Amino acid sequence: MEWLQQLINGISLGSIYALIALGYTMVYGIIKLINFAHGEVFMIGAFIGYISITGWGLGFFPALLLSMAICAIIGVIIERIAYKRLRNATRIAALITAIGVSLLIQNGVIYFRGAQPAAYPDVFANKSFNLFGAQISTQAILILSVSVVLMLILQFIVHKTKIGKAMRAVSYDAEAAKLMGINVDNTISATFAIGSALAGAAGVIFGIYYTKIDPLMGVIPGLKAFVAAVLGGIGIIPGAVAGGLVLGVVETVVSALGFSLWRDAAAFIILILILIFKPSGIFGKNTREKV
Amino acid sequence: MKFKRAWSLLAAMTLGVGLLAGCSQGEKDGASGSKDSDEIKIGVNLELSGAVASYGTSEADGIQLAVDEINEDGGIDGKKIKLVKIDNKSDAAEATNAAIKLITQEQVVAIIGAATSGATVAQAQIANDNKTPLISPSGTSPTVTVNEKGDVNEFVFRTSFIDPFQGTVAANFAANDLGVKNVAIFSDNASDYSKGLASSFKEDFEKAGGKIVAEESYVAKDSDFRSTLTRIKSAKPEFIFIPGYYEEVGLIVKQAREMGIDVPLMGADGWDSPTLLDLAGADALNNTYTTNHYSSDDPDGAVKAFNDKFNEEYGKSPDAFNALGYDTVYLLKDAIERAGSVDSTKIKDALAETDGLDLVTGKYSVDENHHPIKSATILEYKDGEQVFNTKVNP
Repeated sequence: MEWLQQLINGISLGSIYALIALGYTMVYGIIKLINFAHGEVFMIGAFIGYISITGWGLGFFPALLLSMAICAIIGVIIERIAYKRLRNATRIAALITAIGVSLLIQNGVIYFRGAQPAAYPDVFANKSFNLFGAQISTQAILILSVSVVLMLILQFIVHKTKIGKAMRAVSYDAEAAKLMGINVDNTISATFAIGSALAGAAGVIFGIYYTKIDPLMGVIPGLKAFVAAVLGGIGIIPGAVAGGLVLGVVETVVSALGFSLWRDAAAFIILILILIFKPSGIFGKNTREKV
Repeated sequence: MKFKRAWSLLAAMTLGVGLLAGCSQGEKDGASGSKDSDEIKIGVNLELSGAVASYGTSEADGIQLAVDEINEDGGIDGKKIKLVKIDNKSDAAEATNAAIKLITQEQVVAIIGAATSGATVAQAQIANDNKTPLISPSGTSPTVTVNEKGDVNEFVFRTSFIDPFQGTVAANFAANDLGVKNVAIFSDNASDYSKGLASSFKEDFEKAGGKIVAEESYVAKDSDFRSTLTRIKSAKPEFIFIPGYYEEVGLIVKQAREMGIDVPLMGADGWDSPTLLDLAGADALNNTYTTNHYSSDDPDGAVKAFNDKFNEEYGKSPDAFNALGYDTVYLLKDAIERAGSVDSTKIKDALAETDGLDLVTGKYSVDENHHPIKSATILEYKDGEQVFNTKVNP
């Protein structure tokens, strides 16, 4: 039952990628910005969770909610300070700013607490039980269910609420949305808030599942989430979830075949292949440029 | 350009020192000089400040304790030891300067230090050129005593064992003490330390008749080891050797236990950090072993005596660096006694012939590469505490 075990490993990893990729994809969908600072919001989320569990003695769910709330605020602050005035600038200017914000947050955290790693405490009595010969831990089940619930809530917000409707309208055509009386600035802020809250949740989940957190932990998962978003079709929400899960499973399969040193490379090979053969991603439709 | 100039300057300086030493050699053979006095001058060139000051200061404490003991007992052949301490500020260039000063100005009989491999290698040429024995208490890189061409630095010795040796010790422990046959190796592909340990473990374990059923690697900074561990688990090893550093090892141990891998796990001194306990948790660390230089729990009489004396003097339990510094002095004392003289070449020859000397960190012999052949201590984690398990002879 090694393969079932590997599938469980892959889906657990993939669901964390998916949660981060959701924020990427939403921000890209609405203002066409690749927000490289998103991985750092994920890292901050992990640290807020850590502080609230070890420092303030909160349980898992309060810590998760607190981390999501603070990350949402941080996301909005980043958008207001760094990206808002660049909204009409070239896309490369916005991209470089995003990289700058990312480095600023990483080094800011290192400056205030040092670069040494921290270890998440065990919040659950971690029991493993046997599923057809594979070991599945309570943590893994909880992480999967939290991820799924958050994704369902997001789907509900985007499709059934007023703000979701506004987000879809702005992503379709910001100018026209403005003419229809939609407050574009607030809609963009809301997008950053929701995306960052999901990244914060992913940070706490990552901390619980992988124990070790450090100020540079956001870099690789951030890049992987970017790959996942492109894989699923950047700007498409179900695409980000699918891309994240596919990426997690692919990485696990690569390790399972004995090529563990190639797992990071595999992610980027996927990125290159998808950009060559289907740049719009799995869920993307081929749109023809109008002349 | 600048770099080149610095090098030529250094080369010129070393040459000059060689010449100077050549001159003073004649004087030394005359009536004056330290050699005929009633004391033996030993240089101490350690990292007393700077990045790795904790190693250097620990060793200095151990050295001082040993020297005090020897002097109270009447010294070596009636001569008292006099220490000349220089702080090399954890810097290789400073260590070079300190060595030159100790040899030419202080005319020491031998130098103890430096604590790190890099700062010791920087002095090796000077020690050879000036025929002054140099003993590093804790330089574990093989390159300390053997240069890149494979030639032995004749005058350079060390007290600690070399890195790959821990792999050998772990292999012997697994094969003989734990009696396991099928083992897996999980090493860090980004670290020479880890790869060196893994390859020496493999070689010696196979020599002992064991079988390596899985060989996997990871890269430092990974945090997801579950997929590779699943692969290892399916190979059904009875023991897993994980020669890495605590940051990754902590996660590997935790994830392995969660997946139901209950077999003994083992590593080396790279595991030695309180962070390991935070990351893995006390439960997961049960049934894991590490090799190290020294344990203060060792029931051996000499270790207990050293422990008590150290405690009395400094008010704390000695660590491995304290013990290595202490041992270095006794290693030198033994060589001077056997040489029957303080002539540096004779001391060097005596050091190279050291065989079966009982030290606090184990029985010490030296091989043709000036690498020690000595026992290593095996520690076992029990409920989050490192407990002395056994001593393994090579």
